[in-house]
Amino acid sequence: MTASIRYDDVEAGAEIGPREFPISRLDLVKYCGASGDFNVIHWNERIARSVGLPDVIAHGMFTMAQGARLITDWCGDPGAVLEYRVRFSRPVVVPDDDAGAILTIKARIETKLDDARVSVFLEASTPDGSVLTGARAVVQLA
Amino acid sequence: MPINPEFVGRSLPPGTPYEVSREKIRDFADAIGDANPAYSSPAAAQALGYDDVIAPPTFAILVAMQLHHDLVRDPALGLDYSRVVHGEQQFVHHRPIRAGDVLVGTPRVDDIKTRAGNDMLTWSADIATAQGEPVCKLTSTLVARGVAVEA
Repeated sequence: MTASIRYDDVEAGAEIGPREFPISRLDLVKYCGASGDFNVIHWNERIARSVGLPDVIAHGMFTMAQGARLITDWCGDPGAVLEYRVRFSRPVVVPDDDAGAILTIKARIETKLDDARVSVFLEASTPDGSVLTGARAVVQLA
Repeated sequence: MPINPEFVGRSLPPGTPYEVSREKIRDFADAIGDANPAYSSPAAAQALGYDDVIAPPTFAILVAMQLHHDLVRDPALGLDYSRVVHGEQQFVHHRPIRAGDVLVGTPRVDDIKTRAGNDMLTWSADIATAQGEPVCKLTSTLVARGVAVEA
């Protein structure tokens, strides 16, 4: 494991991001194929609406993966993410237009742990509000 | 119809071993829009100290999908999959998943409850290589949205 960020160089409270992640219908179709999760609420707005959703929604795991991108691009080694958890508090609605959805993700170092590990708290939102709660990663720094 | 609480505590048969290929890691990384070279270039992964390309931190969800496939469709469980959204997800990695891994796991149902009209099912699995090396633990909560709470 070879994180490019040194534990001694970071302080609790330091921020990572924010960064915007656009999500289009095409992204959802690709994620359906790559993940094998073809739940119709991710690609069929007729059925999404029939089960009470406002429109097609992104896979929670797609949103979670974007949060991981913010952390792995920061720490330099994807294998340095030891733990990662999220609660999906609000669906990310992806309209069928050219803009899609814009997910904004930021993080901050919450606690410096032992063995050069840090706990990182993530926040993700769309213009409708926060979409993740209790989102945390434990990252092994150098 | 609520989901069947008798499933709590049940262990399910181990899933079919999941063989991790370089191509599947590349495919998954492309689908999440992540161009990190550690996912596609063996040389880049080796520069970080790994034997082969590694997988993104959420890749283990593919193993989870395979493990819970039969569970979520079991008529005796009574889960309406068209109403299911993902509630929570957790990964604890003992080491990154890498190309060449053959992964096995035994899923178990940890909890079933109803909250605010929604059925919630939590299950987990320890994922290891076929040789028994622990790789990760995943815990997943699925929520079947209830009719009564629709906005």
